[in-house]
Amino acid sequence: MKLALPKGRLVDDTAALLQRAGLGLLDYDEGSRSYRPKSTTFADLFLKVFQEKDIPIQVAIGNYDLGICGLDWVEELLVKYPSDDLVKVGDLGYGKSDLYVVASRYAGVSSVREIEGGFETARIVSEYQNLAESFALRLRLRRFKILPIWGAAEAYPPESADLAIIAETSVDRLADHDLVPLARVLASRAFLIANRKSLAKADMSILLSYLSPSEVEIEEESPLPAIIGIIFEKAAEGEKMVRLALPDGHQQRPTMEFFKKAGLKIGGYSEVLETRRPTLELNGVTVKVIRPQDMPLQVANESFDLAITGKDWLKDHLYRFPSSPVEEILDLGFGRVTIVAVVSEDLPVNNVAELKDLVRGGLLPTIRVASEYVNIADKYARDKHLERYKIIPTWGASEAFLPEDADLLIENTETGETLTKHKLKTIDTLFESSACLIGNRQALSDPLKKERIKHIIKIMEKTAKEGF
Amino acid sequence: MRVPRCKGMRDLLPQDMAKFRRIEEMFRGCCLRWGYEEVRTPTLEYLHLFTATGTLTPGMLGRVYSFLDWDGWSGERVVLRPDGTIPAARLYLENLEGGEITKLFYVENTFTFEETGAERRERWQCGAELIGSSQPLADVELILLALEVVEKLGIPVEVRLSHAGLIKALLGELGLGSAEQTEIFDQILEGNIKALGEIKTEDVDLKRALPLLLDVKGSSPGFLENVRALLGKALPGLEPSLNNLTNIAQLLSALDCPYQIDIASGRGFEYYTGVMFQFYALAERVGGGGRYDDLIPLVGGGAVPASGFALYMDQLMDLLKREQPSYHRILVRPEGSDVKGLKSCFEVARFLREEGYLTELDLGRKTVSDYRWLLSVPREGPFQLVDQATGKRSEVASQAGILKIVEGSR
Repeated sequence: MKLALPKGRLVDDTAALLQRAGLGLLDYDEGSRSYRPKSTTFADLFLKVFQEKDIPIQVAIGNYDLGICGLDWVEELLVKYPSDDLVKVGDLGYGKSDLYVVASRYAGVSSVREIEGGFETARIVSEYQNLAESFALRLRLRRFKILPIWGAAEAYPPESADLAIIAETSVDRLADHDLVPLARVLASRAFLIANRKSLAKADMSILLSYLSPSEVEIEEESPLPAIIGIIFEKAAEGEKMVRLALPDGHQQRPTMEFFKKAGLKIGGYSEVLETRRPTLELNGVTVKVIRPQDMPLQVANESFDLAITGKDWLKDHLYRFPSSPVEEILDLGFGRVTIVAVVSEDLPVNNVAELKDLVRGGLLPTIRVASEYVNIADKYARDKHLERYKIIPTWGASEAFLPEDADLLIENTETGETLTKHKLKTIDTLFESSACLIGNRQALSDPLKKERIKHIIKIMEKTAKEGF
Repeated sequence: MRVPRCKGMRDLLPQDMAKFRRIEEMFRGCCLRWGYEEVRTPTLEYLHLFTATGTLTPGMLGRVYSFLDWDGWSGERVVLRPDGTIPAARLYLENLEGGEITKLFYVENTFTFEETGAERRERWQCGAELIGSSQPLADVELILLALEVVEKLGIPVEVRLSHAGLIKALLGELGLGSAEQTEIFDQILEGNIKALGEIKTEDVDLKRALPLLLDVKGSSPGFLENVRALLGKALPGLEPSLNNLTNIAQLLSALDCPYQIDIASGRGFEYYTGVMFQFYALAERVGGGGRYDDLIPLVGGGAVPASGFALYMDQLMDLLKREQPSYHRILVRPEGSDVKGLKSCFEVARFLREEGYLTELDLGRKTVSDYRWLLSVPREGPFQLVDQATGKRSEVASQAGILKIVEGSR
């Protein structure tokens, strides 16, 4: 029997549930770096930890019999790909998080008026791109753009998006980000899900009865007004301000240090994330903190003039959109990683040719290529003529996919230590990546803004040259 | 390693293509004689051509093949054409607007996602659009044109009439809000007519008229008069649509064109505003159409009324009988392999093709029973012609001599 467990916010409650169920769980807590917890009581139970978003997919395709994840990610899958194979067994009663359609309180979005014949484009930003699309279609928005992102949706309205679809535990938390809810799309909680064929075939009764959802109290919440249409008023924007995007996550600390070295004072951007809108003491520049993965697309869309991201993410973007106006301006030198192709140590291959031989010899039906870099992985598979391959997009924790749920992984590595720890071996090196400053080659029409951008580049260039 | 075809897609084999072309040629021929002109819209369109209320239902929109273009970093998407009429309306606006009455036709494929692969994801249709006339006459013309095509293909066909205006007016009379009306209208268009019957109404007249309207299938203008008699107070809202449908029914009756009035048959697209017609052959839906006066304004044009239909080629192909292969196929068989003899084979084959005969060179086939005539070409001397129907063998000295025998047997 195979059970997929969530990483992240649901870990504590899920671990508690499994302990209560008598699973005698080892190695499943927030500090744990193992992706394969063990049950001391069920010898034949295989457990694996995934990003929540991956779990409904893994259960629907039958890689796992059961899974635990938020209902939001279940619906995100089902709304686009209605699958009979995914069964929602029940609400587990914890991990409450609702999906709201929000706008900035400064955007002048009114909630209940009909759109009148206009051709304005509504920009909707969300980690939940399928739910966002479904929402826009149901609302009969005439012209809309879904901007899929990896995270930090709250940072986008009003300048970079008109609407965001965002998961939050309460309406009050939205107010902290100056957001107003317009609609609640979904009330989400942790759910037990199952593969229909597994339910039909295998006896999972012991596990099901242990995990069966307890009496769940559903609190009534006052409904938000239904929205029929939205009027967008273009927010007046400081056109001449240079908009700079800085990364969160792993790159936050080195970026902060780079700024320190460059003598650029920045408030609210330290080792921890204090605010999505730190203040830079540099005339005419506004700063937002978003995911580095999302930056090339945002710069292409002119939501930002400059951004600090990795070359890996720039490449991933350019492989998908070869005519994108985004370009690298400056190599900043820090955050060096190598992008490699890796397989499980158990796989008897040492290079790509031998991997292909496995397929030709009928030992592998298809090469399953897992990666966060969907477009880099796809191009690699095409260039290497992998013939029969599938790209499996992941949202982090990708090492866990090998060997059971993928055959080849395209991943970044700093020292190779993590790969070794997860019993993986490198069979090919794709390219070196480091942090870089990117910009939009078409966006610089305003002379004052151009001057300001040149100034920033000059400061950064000097710091990078001095060997950061 | 064999790669099968993508699920939900269809290979068109020689016998399928023969039927496909027969339908296409019949359709083109009829349309051209009625004064329609052929166009073809591109396979890719922008998604937002199809998103406005009154174009495609959300159910259909949820199943379009949409994707980011290679330069789609802005998030704007393109789709594989999910429908023929909306692109035709765009084509009209972009290229032909402001002219006289415009009559267009096209043979195109449309694409709809379907998960299991049990249904088709690519469908072919023969569409005709009559743009610029709001007269019932125009709707009747389209119905007659569609019937002519199908009947000439030798397929018995009947037409069922419904009316989008009537259904919409009913929803209005039932006191629903506009969003709710759209939602129920969408359900009806996707085949769930029950959605209409389930609405509770306090209106006594409507309560009495609804069952008649939804359950009884009429076959004459008299049926519509009966409905009118029962509607009483509720009539004013429904009257314009009822009158319109009556006009069309009268005209069809006068033309001895049988039809069924079946309000519940109103499947189709959200853009329909007036009469809707469905064509059925042996219980199979082989086509449909209707009036869509609001579509051209919706996609940015002036108040130009329009109406159109599409015949579904996949269904028609299934109903069409297989055509007998050409009876007078000729197989030319070289004796030996020297250049002079082969040259003579090509020459005689060309001669026979130019005379209109299906003539093939024998490239080493094992069975020859598909051919009426076998023509052996020696290096020198007369041709040997065998008539496989009679077994008769002839020695013929010249190409003209072969033609004489073959023609003489017709």
